Amino acid sequence: MRPRVRLPGPVRNLNLSRGTYMATVELRFSALPAHVRTARLVAAAVARQAGVDESVLDEVRLAVGEACSRAVSLHVRNGVAHPVRVRLTQQEKRFLIEVGDGVPTPVTSHADSSAAEALSLAAGANGSSGGEQTDDTMGLAVISGLVDDLVIGHDDDGGLIRMSWPIADPADIEL
Amino acid sequence: MDLSLSTRSVGDRTVVEVGGEIDVYTAPKLREQLVELVNEGHYHLIVDMEGVDFLDSTGLGVLVGGLKRVRAHEGSLRLVCNQERILKIFRITGLTKVFPIHGSVDEAVAAND
Repeated sequence: MRPRVRLPGPVRNLNLSRGTYMATVELRFSALPAHVRTARLVAAAVARQAGVDESVLDEVRLAVGEACSRAVSLHVRNGVAHPVRVRLTQQEKRFLIEVGDGVPTPVTSHADSSAAEALSLAAGANGSSGGEQTDDTMGLAVISGLVDDLVIGHDDDGGLIRMSWPIADPADIEL
Repeated sequence: MDLSLSTRSVGDRTVVEVGGEIDVYTAPKLREQLVELVNEGHYHLIVDMEGVDFLDSTGLGVLVGGLKRVRAHEGSLRLVCNQERILKIFRITGLTKVFPIHGSVDEAVAAND
């Protein structure tokens, strides 16, 4: 399935957060590594449009990529056929990104991943090639290090990573 | 942007020049390259990342895997990188303590273990 971008409209079958704000863009893609780049590019473009500061767009791109890579990996490992869900929402003062996977088990095992944990896994130079746990832990360590406002939890459909960045006040933008 | 890879020998070191994006889609190509080099007996590797536009944790995992492979043969894996946005990822994950990171290929070639 090719990536599909949904422009604002009725929210159906997407059980991500249902707050006051309608998603600016919703994206669903089959769990293929090739589509993660598309998700990164879309997220960065929408974040820029929403007014996220240029200096943090690299962080947005990386964090979304990590979250999507992790979701793809979970889908593949667990044989989940559902698409990975990405919801990009421009709120009044924040730009919210939610990445949902379809794996029902709540994400708790590596939710507290830290640089120290990633480092200890990486430093175990025993000749092995670095496995799924290393990638997973490293991915969450990167997200945790990049994003100040981060919630790793789950919704009815599976794991859910929610992160947000401030939006520049239009009054502060020099014309 | 896809991943570009090229290798060359400098003394007893093998320089792997990487360009483009290293992510979950392209990282397997880098992994294959590193595995192939080690299997061919190249145990002192320098990965030149000056041409890398994007690096994620999958790429980090591949580099860690490469490091483990060369260490199994008492080898070394050094990185060349000056880009702050790439270096930041190594700092976040604490991997600056694992990889020697140099400012140039010449510096990496001259470094001793």
